[in-house]
Amino acid sequence: MSDNLVLEAKSVSKFFGTITALQNVDLHLNKGEVLGVVGDNGAGKSTLMKVLSGLYKPSEGSLFFDKEKVTLNSPRDSQNLGLEMVYQDLALAGNLPIGDNIFLGREPTRKVGPFNFLDHKKRKQLTEEHLAKLKINVKSADQKVEELSGGQRQAVAIARATAFNAKIVLMDEPTAALAVKEVGKVLDLILNLKKLGVSVIVISHRMDDIFTVCDRVMALFQGTNFAESELKNTSRDEVIGWIMGKKD
Amino acid sequence: MDHGEKRLMDKNQETLFVRLIPFFERYGILLLILIMIAVLHLLQPDVFLSWRNVTNIFKQVSWQSMLALGVFMVIVTAGIDLSVGSIIMLSLMGLAIASKAGMPWYVVMLVAPAIGFLCGMFNGIGITLLRMPHPFIMTLGTLYIFRGIGNLISGGVPITGFAEQIRVIGNGKIKLDAFFGEGAREYIPTSLILMIVIFFIFWVFLNHTRIGKWIYAIGGNPGAARAAGINVDRILIVVYTLCGFLAGIGGLILAGRTNSAYPNAGLQSELDAIAAVIIGGASFFGGRGTVLGVFAGVMIMGILRNGLNLMNVSVFWQQVLIGSIIILAVYIDVLRRQLATRT
Repeated sequence: MSDNLVLEAKSVSKFFGTITALQNVDLHLNKGEVLGVVGDNGAGKSTLMKVLSGLYKPSEGSLFFDKEKVTLNSPRDSQNLGLEMVYQDLALAGNLPIGDNIFLGREPTRKVGPFNFLDHKKRKQLTEEHLAKLKINVKSADQKVEELSGGQRQAVAIARATAFNAKIVLMDEPTAALAVKEVGKVLDLILNLKKLGVSVIVISHRMDDIFTVCDRVMALFQGTNFAESELKNTSRDEVIGWIMGKKD
Repeated sequence: MDHGEKRLMDKNQETLFVRLIPFFERYGILLLILIMIAVLHLLQPDVFLSWRNVTNIFKQVSWQSMLALGVFMVIVTAGIDLSVGSIIMLSLMGLAIASKAGMPWYVVMLVAPAIGFLCGMFNGIGITLLRMPHPFIMTLGTLYIFRGIGNLISGGVPITGFAEQIRVIGNGKIKLDAFFGEGAREYIPTSLILMIVIFFIFWVFLNHTRIGKWIYAIGGNPGAARAAGINVDRILIVVYTLCGFLAGIGGLILAGRTNSAYPNAGLQSELDAIAAVIIGGASFFGGRGTVLGVFAGVMIMGILRNGLNLMNVSVFWQQVLIGSIIILAVYIDVLRRQLATRT
Protein backbone atom coordinates (compact mmCIF):
# COMPACT_ATOMS: atom_id res chain seq x y z
CA MET A 1 0.00 0.00 0.00
CA SER A 2 2.60 2.54 1.03
CA ASP A 3 4.50 1.97 -2.24
CA ASN A 4 1.69 3.66 -4.09
CA LEU A 5 1.47 6.70 -1.83
CA VAL A 6 1.00 9.88 -3.92
CA LEU A 7 -0.12 12.34 -1.26
CA GLU A 8 0.18 12.46 2.48
CA ALA A 9 -0.64 15.02 5.16
CA LYS A 10 0.91 14.45 8.58
CA SER A 11 -0.62 16.00 11.74
CA VAL A 12 -1.80 19.10 9.92
CA SER A 13 -3.32 21.86 12.05
CA LYS A 14 -4.81 25.12 10.90
CA PHE A 15 -5.69 27.99 13.22
CA PHE A 16 -7.57 31.15 12.30
CA GLY A 17 -6.89 33.44 15.24
CA THR A 18 -8.41 31.64 18.22
CA ILE A 19 -10.42 29.24 16.07
CA THR A 20 -9.00 25.79 15.46
CA ALA A 21 -10.19 24.60 12.04
CA LEU A 22 -7.97 21.51 11.91
CA GLN A 23 -6.15 19.71 14.73
CA ASN A 24 -3.45 17.12 13.97
CA VAL A 25 -5.24 15.74 10.91
CA ASP A 26 -3.63 12.90 8.95
CA LEU A 27 -4.56 11.95 5.41
CA HIS A 28 -3.05 9.66 2.83
CA LEU A 29 -3.96 8.88 -0.75
CA ASN A 30 -2.76 6.09 -3.04
CA LYS A 31 -2.36 6.00 -6.78
CA GLY A 32 -5.67 5.40 -8.54
CA GLU A 33 -7.58 5.51 -5.29
CA VAL A 34 -10.81 7.40 -4.65
CA LEU A 35 -10.99 8.72 -1.11
CA GLY A 36 -14.24 10.07 0.29
CA VAL A 37 -14.05 12.76 2.93
CA VAL A 38 -17.20 13.25 4.98
CA GLY A 39 -18.15 15.40 7.93
CA ASP A 40 -20.72 17.87 9.13
CA ASN A 41 -20.61 21.54 8.15
CA GLY A 42 -17.62 23.11 9.87
CA ALA A 43 -15.88 19.77 10.39
CA GLY A 44 -12.87 21.09 8.45
CA LYS A 45 -13.27 19.32 5.09
CA SER A 46 -12.95 22.40 2.90
CA THR A 47 -10.13 23.80 5.03
CA LEU A 48 -8.25 20.52 4.61
CA MET A 49 -8.72 20.67 0.80
CA LYS A 50 -7.48 24.25 0.75
CA VAL A 51 -4.39 23.23 2.70
CA LEU A 52 -3.74 20.36 0.26
CA SER A 53 -4.13 22.63 -2.77
CA GLY A 54 -1.84 25.31 -1.34
CA LEU A 55 -4.49 27.99 -0.93
CA TYR A 56 -3.95 27.92 2.87
CA LYS A 57 -0.64 27.31 4.57
CA PRO A 58 -0.91 24.80 7.41
CA SER A 59 -0.17 26.29 10.83
CA GLU A 60 1.49 23.02 11.85
CA GLY A 61 2.26 19.72 10.20
CA SER A 62 3.64 18.82 6.80
CA LEU A 63 2.65 17.68 3.32
CA PHE A 64 4.29 15.01 1.18
CA PHE A 65 3.87 14.61 -2.57
CA ASP A 66 5.26 11.31 -3.84
CA LYS A 67 6.80 10.86 -0.39
CA GLU A 68 8.75 14.09 -0.67
CA LYS A 69 8.13 16.86 1.81
CA VAL A 70 6.89 20.02 0.10
CA THR A 71 5.92 23.56 1.04
CA LEU A 72 3.10 25.03 -1.03
CA ASN A 73 2.96 28.79 -1.38
CA SER A 74 0.05 28.97 -3.82
CA PRO A 75 -2.28 26.72 -5.84
CA ARG A 76 0.25 27.15 -8.68
CA ASP A 77 2.75 25.11 -6.68
CA SER A 78 0.36 22.20 -6.17
CA GLN A 79 -0.66 22.35 -9.85
CA ASN A 80 2.99 21.99 -10.80
CA LEU A 81 3.12 18.87 -8.63
CA GLY A 82 0.12 17.42 -10.49
CA LEU A 83 -2.69 18.33 -8.09
CA GLU A 84 -5.78 20.07 -9.46
CA MET A 85 -8.81 21.35 -7.60
CA VAL A 86 -12.33 21.39 -9.06
CA TYR A 87 -13.98 24.38 -7.45
CA GLN A 88 -17.50 24.24 -6.10
CA ASP A 89 -18.45 27.35 -8.12
CA LEU A 90 -16.82 25.61 -11.13
CA ALA A 91 -14.68 28.60 -12.23
CA LEU A 92 -15.76 28.48 -15.87
CA ALA A 93 -16.40 31.37 -18.26
CA GLY A 94 -19.91 30.77 -19.62
CA ASN A 95 -19.41 32.97 -22.69
CA LEU A 96 -16.53 30.82 -23.96
CA PRO A 97 -16.73 27.43 -25.68
CA ILE A 98 -15.82 24.19 -23.90
CA GLY A 99 -12.37 23.98 -25.48
CA ASP A 100 -11.49 27.55 -24.55
CA ASN A 101 -12.44 26.87 -20.96
CA ILE A 102 -10.43 23.68 -20.72
CA PHE A 103 -7.31 25.41 -22.04
CA LEU A 104 -7.90 28.85 -20.49
CA GLY A 105 -4.55 30.32 -19.50
CA ARG A 106 -2.69 27.44 -21.17
CA GLU A 107 -3.84 27.82 -24.77
CA PRO A 108 -1.88 26.00 -27.47
CA THR A 109 -0.29 28.53 -29.83
CA ARG A 110 1.69 28.52 -33.03
CA LYS A 111 4.39 30.93 -34.05
CA VAL A 112 3.97 33.09 -37.14
CA GLY A 113 7.07 35.20 -37.51
CA PRO A 114 7.65 36.94 -34.18
CA PHE A 115 4.02 36.53 -33.08
CA ASN A 116 2.24 33.78 -31.18
CA PHE A 117 -1.24 33.09 -32.46
CA LEU A 118 -3.84 30.78 -30.99
CA ASP A 119 -3.81 27.37 -32.61
CA HIS A 120 -7.58 26.87 -32.94
CA LYS A 121 -7.22 23.58 -34.78
CA LYS A 122 -4.92 22.06 -32.22
CA ARG A 123 -7.07 23.24 -29.31
CA LYS A 124 -10.12 21.69 -30.88
CA GLN A 125 -8.32 18.43 -31.56
CA LEU A 126 -6.86 18.21 -28.04
CA THR A 127 -10.27 19.03 -26.56
CA GLU A 128 -12.01 16.32 -28.54
CA GLU A 129 -9.33 13.78 -27.65
CA HIS A 130 -9.49 14.66 -23.99
CA LEU A 131 -13.30 14.57 -23.85
CA ALA A 132 -13.27 11.20 -25.61
CA LYS A 133 -10.70 9.86 -23.18
CA LEU A 134 -12.93 10.83 -20.27
CA LYS A 135 -16.02 9.61 -22.18
CA ILE A 136 -17.69 13.02 -21.82
CA ASN A 137 -20.49 13.47 -24.36
CA VAL A 138 -21.24 16.94 -25.66
CA LYS A 139 -22.64 18.09 -28.98
CA SER A 140 -19.47 19.89 -29.95
CA ALA A 141 -16.27 21.16 -28.39
CA ASP A 142 -17.28 24.59 -29.70
CA GLN A 143 -20.45 24.71 -27.63
CA LYS A 144 -20.56 27.56 -25.15
CA VAL A 145 -20.45 26.51 -21.51
CA GLU A 146 -23.53 28.59 -20.64
CA GLU A 147 -25.55 26.35 -22.98
CA LEU A 148 -24.63 23.23 -21.02
CA SER A 149 -26.51 21.52 -18.22
CA GLY A 150 -25.16 21.56 -14.68
CA GLY A 151 -23.78 18.06 -15.04
CA GLN A 152 -22.07 18.86 -18.33
CA ARG A 153 -20.52 21.95 -16.72
CA GLN A 154 -19.24 19.82 -13.88
CA ALA A 155 -17.79 17.45 -16.49
CA VAL A 156 -16.07 20.36 -18.25
CA ALA A 157 -14.66 21.56 -14.92
CA ILE A 158 -13.28 18.08 -14.28
CA ALA A 159 -11.96 17.88 -17.86
CA ARG A 160 -10.24 21.22 -17.29
CA ALA A 161 -8.65 19.95 -14.09
CA THR A 162 -7.32 16.82 -15.77
CA ALA A 163 -6.27 18.23 -19.15
CA PHE A 164 -2.64 18.54 -18.14
CA ASN A 165 -1.97 15.10 -16.75
CA ALA A 166 -3.09 15.74 -13.21
CA LYS A 167 -2.20 12.90 -10.86
CA ILE A 168 -4.46 14.04 -8.05
CA VAL A 169 -7.87 15.72 -8.36
CA LEU A 170 -9.72 17.28 -5.41
CA MET A 171 -13.48 17.70 -5.78
CA ASP A 172 -15.59 19.70 -3.37
CA GLU A 173 -19.21 18.51 -3.51
CA PRO A 174 -19.10 17.58 -7.24
CA THR A 175 -22.76 16.53 -7.33
CA ALA A 176 -24.31 19.06 -4.96
CA ALA A 177 -25.88 21.33 -7.57
CA LEU A 178 -26.94 18.64 -10.04
CA ALA A 179 -30.21 17.17 -11.19
CA VAL A 180 -30.65 13.56 -10.11
CA LYS A 181 -30.19 12.10 -13.60
CA GLU A 182 -26.89 13.96 -14.04
CA VAL A 183 -25.32 12.74 -10.82
CA GLY A 184 -24.67 9.31 -12.31
CA LYS A 185 -22.72 10.77 -15.23
CA VAL A 186 -20.40 12.69 -12.94
CA LEU A 187 -19.87 9.63 -10.77
CA ASP A 188 -19.05 7.59 -13.91
CA LEU A 189 -16.52 10.27 -14.78
CA ILE A 190 -14.85 9.89 -11.40
CA LEU A 191 -14.63 6.11 -11.91
CA ASN A 192 -13.12 6.79 -15.33
CA LEU A 193 -10.42 8.95 -13.78
CA LYS A 194 -9.65 6.13 -11.38
CA LYS A 195 -9.24 3.73 -14.31
CA LEU A 196 -6.82 6.18 -15.88
CA GLY A 197 -4.71 5.99 -12.72
CA VAL A 198 -5.71 9.37 -11.31
CA SER A 199 -6.18 9.65 -7.56
CA VAL A 200 -9.30 11.49 -6.45
CA ILE A 201 -10.45 13.01 -3.17
CA VAL A 202 -14.21 13.62 -3.08
CA ILE A 203 -15.94 15.69 -0.46
CA SER A 204 -19.61 14.81 -0.41
CA HIS A 205 -22.69 14.82 1.76
CA ARG A 206 -24.38 12.16 -0.31
CA MET A 207 -23.92 8.62 0.86
CA ASP A 208 -24.88 7.44 -2.65
CA ASP A 209 -21.86 9.25 -4.07
CA ILE A 210 -19.51 7.89 -1.44
CA PHE A 211 -20.70 4.32 -1.76
CA THR A 212 -20.66 4.40 -5.58
CA VAL A 213 -17.18 5.71 -6.26
CA CYS A 214 -14.99 5.55 -3.16
CA ASP A 215 -12.49 2.91 -2.14
CA ARG A 216 -12.05 4.34 1.32
CA VAL A 217 -13.85 6.88 3.42
CA MET A 218 -12.58 9.11 6.22
CA ALA A 219 -14.67 11.25 8.55
CA LEU A 220 -13.66 14.53 10.14
CA PHE A 221 -15.38 15.73 13.28
CA GLN A 222 -14.75 19.17 14.77
CA GLY A 223 -11.44 19.49 12.93
CA THR A 224 -9.99 16.10 13.91
CA ASN A 225 -9.70 12.62 12.37
CA PHE A 226 -12.73 10.80 13.67
CA ALA A 227 -12.93 7.52 11.82
CA GLU A 228 -11.66 5.86 8.65
CA SER A 229 -12.38 2.62 6.87
CA GLU A 230 -12.14 0.72 3.62
CA LEU A 231 -15.54 1.04 2.02
CA LYS A 232 -16.17 -2.69 2.03
CA ASN A 233 -15.79 -2.81 5.81
CA THR A 234 -18.40 -0.22 6.63
CA SER A 235 -22.02 0.70 5.99
CA ARG A 236 -24.05 3.78 5.23
CA ASP A 237 -25.51 3.88 8.69
CA GLU A 238 -22.09 3.71 10.26
CA VAL A 239 -20.73 6.54 8.08
CA ILE A 240 -23.79 8.69 8.81
CA GLY A 241 -23.14 8.04 12.49
CA TRP A 242 -19.53 9.26 12.07
CA ILE A 243 -20.74 12.49 10.50
CA MET A 244 -22.86 13.09 13.60
CA GLY A 245 -19.99 12.19 15.88
CA LYS A 246 -21.23 8.75 16.94
CA LYS A 247 -19.03 5.66 17.04
CA ASP A 248 -19.96 2.21 18.30
CA MET B 1 -47.89 12.96 -22.12
CA ASP B 2 -50.37 15.15 -23.93
CA HIS B 3 -48.48 18.20 -22.87
CA GLY B 4 -45.18 16.72 -24.01
CA GLU B 5 -46.57 15.95 -27.48
CA LYS B 6 -47.86 19.45 -27.85
CA ARG B 7 -44.48 20.86 -26.98
CA LEU B 8 -42.87 18.56 -29.53
CA MET B 9 -45.20 19.89 -32.21
CA ASP B 10 -44.47 23.48 -31.28
CA LYS B 11 -40.84 22.64 -31.59
CA ASN B 12 -41.27 21.25 -35.09
CA GLN B 13 -43.12 24.33 -36.24
CA GLU B 14 -40.34 26.45 -34.86
CA THR B 15 -37.48 24.57 -36.47
CA LEU B 16 -37.02 26.80 -39.50
CA PHE B 17 -37.29 29.91 -37.36
CA VAL B 18 -34.95 28.52 -34.73
CA ARG B 19 -32.51 27.46 -37.41
CA LEU B 20 -32.45 31.00 -38.73
CA ILE B 21 -31.56 32.46 -35.31
CA PRO B 22 -27.80 31.88 -35.51
CA PHE B 23 -27.84 33.31 -39.02
CA PHE B 24 -29.51 36.50 -37.80
CA GLU B 25 -27.28 36.58 -34.79
CA ARG B 26 -24.27 36.73 -37.05
CA TYR B 27 -25.48 38.69 -40.06
CA GLY B 28 -28.68 40.38 -38.92
CA ILE B 29 -26.93 43.64 -38.33
CA LEU B 30 -25.42 43.68 -41.82
CA LEU B 31 -28.92 43.06 -43.13
CA LEU B 32 -30.07 46.13 -41.20
CA ILE B 33 -27.37 48.22 -42.87
CA LEU B 34 -28.41 46.98 -46.31
CA ILE B 35 -32.02 47.91 -45.58
CA MET B 36 -30.97 51.37 -44.41
CA ILE B 37 -28.91 51.86 -47.56
CA ALA B 38 -31.77 50.69 -49.76
CA VAL B 39 -34.30 52.99 -48.09
CA LEU B 40 -32.02 56.02 -48.21
CA HIS B 41 -31.18 55.31 -51.82
CA LEU B 42 -34.88 55.28 -52.68
CA LEU B 43 -35.45 58.53 -50.79
CA GLN B 44 -32.37 60.31 -52.17
CA PRO B 45 -31.55 58.49 -55.42
CA ASP B 46 -29.17 61.12 -56.79
CA VAL B 47 -27.26 61.97 -53.64
CA PHE B 48 -27.04 59.18 -51.10
CA LEU B 49 -25.00 56.63 -53.04
CA SER B 50 -22.91 59.21 -54.86
CA TRP B 51 -19.16 58.81 -54.52
CA ARG B 52 -18.89 62.11 -52.71
CA ASN B 53 -21.50 61.26 -50.11
CA VAL B 54 -20.23 57.74 -49.44
CA THR B 55 -16.64 58.89 -48.96
CA ASN B 56 -17.99 61.64 -46.75
CA ILE B 57 -19.65 59.08 -44.48
CA PHE B 58 -16.42 57.10 -44.22
CA LYS B 59 -14.37 60.20 -43.44
CA GLN B 60 -16.84 61.14 -40.73
CA VAL B 61 -16.93 57.70 -39.07
CA SER B 62 -13.20 57.02 -39.33
CA TRP B 63 -12.24 58.96 -36.19
CA GLN B 64 -15.40 57.95 -34.34
CA SER B 65 -14.77 54.30 -35.13
CA MET B 66 -11.43 54.46 -33.28
CA LEU B 67 -13.25 55.49 -30.10
CA ALA B 68 -15.88 52.80 -30.60
CA LEU B 69 -13.25 50.08 -31.13
CA GLY B 70 -11.43 51.03 -27.93
CA VAL B 71 -14.60 51.33 -25.87
CA PHE B 72 -15.70 47.97 -27.29
CA MET B 73 -12.69 46.18 -25.82
CA VAL B 74 -13.33 47.84 -22.48
CA ILE B 75 -17.00 46.83 -22.57
CA VAL B 76 -16.01 43.23 -23.37
CA THR B 77 -14.22 43.17 -19.99
CA ALA B 78 -17.50 44.39 -18.44
CA GLY B 79 -15.95 47.82 -17.92
CA ILE B 80 -16.66 51.25 -19.33
CA ASP B 81 -14.53 54.18 -20.52
CA LEU B 82 -16.21 57.58 -20.39
CA SER B 83 -13.00 59.52 -20.95
CA VAL B 84 -12.31 58.73 -24.63
CA GLY B 85 -13.96 61.96 -25.85
CA SER B 86 -11.64 63.93 -23.58
CA ILE B 87 -8.62 61.83 -24.58
CA ILE B 88 -9.25 62.67 -28.24
CA MET B 89 -9.38 66.37 -27.36
CA LEU B 90 -6.26 66.27 -25.18
CA SER B 91 -4.26 64.34 -27.78
CA LEU B 92 -5.47 66.76 -30.46
CA MET B 93 -4.33 69.74 -28.37
CA GLY B 94 -1.00 68.07 -27.63
CA LEU B 95 -0.50 67.48 -31.34
CA ALA B 96 -1.38 71.10 -32.13
CA ILE B 97 1.06 72.46 -29.56
CA ALA B 98 3.84 70.20 -30.81
CA SER B 99 3.05 71.40 -34.31
CA LYS B 100 3.07 75.08 -33.29
CA ALA B 101 6.37 74.52 -31.47
CA GLY B 102 7.83 73.66 -34.86
CA MET B 103 8.57 70.00 -34.26
CA PRO B 104 9.09 67.88 -37.38
CA TRP B 105 5.89 66.28 -38.74
CA TYR B 106 6.87 62.71 -37.82
CA VAL B 107 7.22 63.74 -34.16
CA VAL B 108 3.93 65.65 -34.28
CA MET B 109 2.29 62.55 -35.70
CA LEU B 110 3.45 60.42 -32.77
CA VAL B 111 2.31 62.91 -30.14
CA ALA B 112 -1.42 62.18 -30.37
CA PRO B 113 -1.24 58.36 -30.06
CA ALA B 114 1.40 58.70 -27.33
CA ILE B 115 -0.81 61.03 -25.26
CA GLY B 116 -3.76 58.68 -25.78
CA PHE B 117 -1.60 55.75 -24.68
CA LEU B 118 -0.57 57.49 -21.47
CA CYS B 119 -4.12 58.66 -20.68
CA GLY B 120 -5.44 55.13 -21.17
CA MET B 121 -2.70 53.68 -19.01
CA PHE B 122 -3.57 56.22 -16.30
CA ASN B 123 -7.18 54.98 -16.42
CA GLY B 124 -6.10 51.34 -16.26
CA ILE B 125 -3.73 51.88 -13.35
CA GLY B 126 -6.40 53.83 -11.47
CA ILE B 127 -8.99 51.10 -11.94
CA THR B 128 -6.70 48.24 -10.91
CA LEU B 129 -3.99 49.50 -8.55
CA LEU B 130 -6.06 52.18 -6.81
CA ARG B 131 -8.89 49.61 -6.66
CA MET B 132 -11.58 52.04 -7.78
CA PRO B 133 -14.95 50.39 -7.14
CA HIS B 134 -16.01 50.73 -10.79
CA PRO B 135 -14.35 51.94 -14.03
CA PHE B 136 -17.29 54.34 -14.41
CA ILE B 137 -15.97 56.43 -11.53
CA MET B 138 -12.32 56.50 -12.58
CA THR B 139 -13.10 57.39 -16.18
CA LEU B 140 -15.77 59.92 -15.18
CA GLY B 141 -13.04 61.63 -13.20
CA THR B 142 -10.58 61.56 -16.07
CA LEU B 143 -13.31 62.77 -18.47
CA TYR B 144 -13.08 66.09 -16.61
CA ILE B 145 -9.35 65.94 -15.92
CA PHE B 146 -8.19 65.27 -19.51
CA ARG B 147 -10.41 67.95 -21.06
CA GLY B 148 -9.35 70.39 -18.34
CA ILE B 149 -5.67 69.72 -19.08
CA GLY B 150 -6.37 70.11 -22.81
CA ASN B 151 -7.82 73.55 -22.19
CA LEU B 152 -5.02 74.49 -19.79
CA ILE B 153 -2.25 73.72 -22.28
CA SER B 154 -4.03 75.42 -25.19
CA GLY B 155 -5.47 78.34 -23.26
CA GLY B 156 -8.95 77.25 -24.33
CA VAL B 157 -8.64 78.57 -27.86
CA PRO B 158 -8.50 76.71 -31.18
CA ILE B 159 -5.13 76.10 -32.82
CA THR B 160 -5.15 75.69 -36.58
CA GLY B 161 -2.82 74.80 -39.41
CA PHE B 162 -0.89 71.52 -39.51
CA ALA B 163 1.76 70.05 -41.81
CA GLU B 164 0.58 68.41 -45.03
CA GLN B 165 1.73 64.97 -43.80
CA ILE B 166 -0.68 65.24 -40.85
CA ARG B 167 -3.54 66.39 -43.03
CA VAL B 168 -3.14 63.42 -45.35
CA ILE B 169 -4.20 61.00 -42.60
CA GLY B 170 -7.63 62.52 -42.09
CA ASN B 171 -8.21 64.19 -45.41
CA GLY B 172 -5.96 62.44 -47.92
CA LYS B 173 -7.28 61.03 -51.17
CA ILE B 174 -6.08 58.01 -53.04
CA LYS B 175 -6.89 58.88 -56.65
CA LEU B 176 -8.50 56.26 -58.81
CA ASP B 177 -7.41 57.62 -62.17
CA ALA B 178 -6.37 54.12 -63.17
CA PHE B 179 -9.99 52.94 -62.94
CA PHE B 180 -11.96 55.99 -63.91
CA GLY B 181 -9.66 57.68 -66.41
CA GLU B 182 -7.37 60.70 -66.16
CA GLY B 183 -8.65 63.51 -63.92
CA ALA B 184 -11.47 61.45 -62.42
CA ARG B 185 -13.06 62.82 -59.26
CA GLU B 186 -13.51 59.41 -57.67
CA TYR B 187 -11.10 58.60 -54.82
CA ILE B 188 -10.69 56.53 -51.67
CA PRO B 189 -10.09 58.45 -48.43
CA THR B 190 -6.81 57.60 -46.68
CA SER B 191 -8.68 57.50 -43.38
CA LEU B 192 -10.88 54.66 -44.69
CA ILE B 193 -7.82 52.55 -45.45
CA LEU B 194 -6.39 53.35 -42.02
CA MET B 195 -9.68 52.39 -40.36
CA ILE B 196 -9.86 49.06 -42.19
CA VAL B 197 -6.24 48.22 -41.32
CA ILE B 198 -6.71 49.04 -37.64
CA PHE B 199 -9.98 47.11 -37.40
CA PHE B 200 -8.28 44.12 -39.02
CA ILE B 201 -5.34 44.28 -36.58
CA PHE B 202 -7.68 44.39 -33.60
CA TRP B 203 -9.82 41.60 -35.02
CA VAL B 204 -6.71 39.43 -35.16
CA PHE B 205 -5.70 40.58 -31.67
CA LEU B 206 -9.07 39.74 -30.08
CA ASN B 207 -9.72 36.46 -31.92
CA HIS B 208 -6.33 34.95 -32.53
CA THR B 209 -4.10 35.80 -29.56
CA ARG B 210 -4.09 34.57 -25.99
CA ILE B 211 -4.52 38.05 -24.54
CA GLY B 212 -7.56 38.55 -26.78
CA LYS B 213 -9.06 35.30 -25.50
CA TRP B 214 -8.33 36.36 -21.91
CA ILE B 215 -10.11 39.68 -22.48
CA TYR B 216 -13.28 37.74 -23.32
CA ALA B 217 -12.70 35.35 -20.41
CA ILE B 218 -12.42 38.26 -17.95
CA GLY B 219 -15.71 39.62 -19.27
CA GLY B 220 -17.34 36.20 -18.91
CA ASN B 221 -16.13 35.35 -15.42
CA PRO B 222 -13.20 37.22 -13.84
CA GLY B 223 -13.05 34.57 -11.10
CA ALA B 224 -12.51 31.83 -13.68
CA ALA B 225 -9.81 33.92 -15.36
CA ARG B 226 -8.03 34.35 -12.05
CA ALA B 227 -8.34 30.64 -11.21
CA ALA B 228 -6.77 29.92 -14.62
CA GLY B 229 -3.71 31.90 -13.55
CA ILE B 230 -4.46 34.95 -15.69
CA ASN B 231 -3.23 38.24 -14.24
CA VAL B 232 -6.54 40.05 -14.56
CA ASP B 233 -5.26 43.44 -13.42
CA ARG B 234 -2.46 43.42 -15.98
CA ILE B 235 -4.85 42.54 -18.80
CA LEU B 236 -7.22 45.32 -17.72
CA ILE B 237 -4.37 47.84 -17.82
CA VAL B 238 -3.52 46.64 -21.34
CA VAL B 239 -7.16 47.05 -22.42
CA TYR B 240 -7.59 50.59 -21.06
CA THR B 241 -4.20 51.59 -22.46
CA LEU B 242 -5.14 50.32 -25.92
CA CYS B 243 -8.47 52.12 -25.65
CA GLY B 244 -6.66 55.39 -24.92
CA PHE B 245 -4.17 54.69 -27.70
CA LEU B 246 -7.02 54.24 -30.20
CA ALA B 247 -8.59 57.50 -29.01
CA GLY B 248 -5.19 59.11 -29.67
CA ILE B 249 -5.24 57.74 -33.22
CA GLY B 250 -8.75 59.16 -33.49
CA GLY B 251 -7.28 62.52 -32.45
CA LEU B 252 -4.67 62.24 -35.19
CA ILE B 253 -7.33 61.50 -37.83
CA LEU B 254 -9.48 64.36 -36.58
CA ALA B 255 -6.48 66.73 -36.74
CA GLY B 256 -6.02 65.85 -40.39
CA ARG B 257 -9.70 66.14 -41.17
CA THR B 258 -10.36 69.51 -39.57
CA ASN B 259 -6.85 70.99 -39.76
CA SER B 260 -7.44 72.44 -36.33
CA ALA B 261 -7.55 71.60 -32.64
CA TYR B 262 -10.56 73.06 -30.86
CA PRO B 263 -11.78 72.98 -27.26
CA ASN B 264 -15.04 71.17 -28.08
CA ALA B 265 -13.39 68.38 -30.07
CA GLY B 266 -14.81 64.98 -29.17
CA LEU B 267 -17.39 66.46 -26.82
CA GLN B 268 -19.91 63.71 -25.99
CA SER B 269 -18.30 61.42 -28.55
CA GLU B 270 -17.77 58.85 -25.75
CA LEU B 271 -21.56 58.44 -25.74
CA ASP B 272 -21.63 57.95 -29.52
CA ALA B 273 -18.92 55.33 -29.12
CA ILE B 274 -20.85 53.46 -26.43
CA ALA B 275 -24.01 53.68 -28.56
CA ALA B 276 -22.23 52.23 -31.60
CA VAL B 277 -20.85 49.35 -29.52
CA ILE B 278 -24.26 48.54 -28.05
CA ILE B 279 -26.02 48.79 -31.41
CA GLY B 280 -23.30 46.50 -32.75
CA GLY B 281 -24.48 43.75 -30.42
CA ALA B 282 -21.94 43.81 -27.61
CA SER B 283 -23.25 42.98 -24.15
CA PHE B 284 -22.96 45.67 -21.52
CA PHE B 285 -22.31 42.90 -18.99
CA GLY B 286 -19.14 41.85 -20.78
CA GLY B 287 -17.83 38.83 -22.65
CA ARG B 288 -19.93 39.26 -25.77
CA GLY B 289 -19.53 41.15 -29.03
CA THR B 290 -17.48 41.16 -32.22
CA VAL B 291 -15.21 43.59 -34.02
CA LEU B 292 -17.41 43.27 -37.11
CA GLY B 293 -20.38 44.22 -34.93
CA VAL B 294 -18.62 47.37 -33.78
CA PHE B 295 -17.89 48.30 -37.37
CA ALA B 296 -21.55 47.75 -38.21
CA GLY B 297 -22.65 49.79 -35.20
CA VAL B 298 -20.41 52.66 -36.25
CA MET B 299 -21.70 52.48 -39.82
CA ILE B 300 -25.34 52.47 -38.68
CA MET B 301 -24.77 55.63 -36.63
CA GLY B 302 -22.88 57.23 -39.51
CA ILE B 303 -25.39 56.32 -42.21
CA LEU B 304 -28.31 57.38 -40.03
CA ARG B 305 -26.81 60.80 -39.28
CA ASN B 306 -25.84 61.32 -42.91
CA GLY B 307 -29.23 60.22 -44.21
CA LEU B 308 -31.12 62.43 -41.80
CA ASN B 309 -28.91 65.38 -42.73
CA LEU B 310 -29.60 64.78 -46.42
CA MET B 311 -33.32 64.74 -45.65
CA ASN B 312 -32.97 67.99 -43.72
CA VAL B 313 -34.22 66.40 -40.53
CA SER B 314 -33.47 68.62 -37.56
CA VAL B 315 -30.67 67.70 -35.18
CA PHE B 316 -33.19 67.42 -32.39
CA TRP B 317 -35.11 64.70 -34.22
CA GLN B 318 -31.81 62.97 -34.94
CA GLN B 319 -31.18 62.75 -31.21
CA VAL B 320 -34.61 61.27 -30.61
CA LEU B 321 -34.10 58.72 -33.40
CA ILE B 322 -30.63 57.61 -32.34
CA GLY B 323 -31.82 57.17 -28.77
CA SER B 324 -34.76 55.10 -29.97
CA ILE B 325 -32.51 52.91 -32.09
CA ILE B 326 -30.26 52.14 -29.13
CA ILE B 327 -33.25 51.00 -27.09
CA LEU B 328 -34.73 49.08 -30.01
CA ALA B 329 -31.44 47.32 -30.81
CA VAL B 330 -31.03 46.16 -27.23
CA TYR B 331 -34.67 45.11 -27.01
CA ILE B 332 -34.29 42.95 -30.12
CA ASP B 333 -31.27 41.41 -28.44
CA VAL B 334 -33.34 40.67 -25.34
CA LEU B 335 -36.02 38.97 -27.46
CA ARG B 336 -33.44 36.95 -29.34
CA ARG B 337 -31.86 35.75 -26.11
CA GLN B 338 -35.28 34.73 -24.81
CA LEU B 339 -35.89 32.67 -27.94
CA ALA B 340 -32.48 31.07 -27.75
CA THR B 341 -32.96 29.86 -24.18
CA ARG B 342 -36.49 28.55 -24.79
CA THR B 343 -35.40 25.51 -26.83
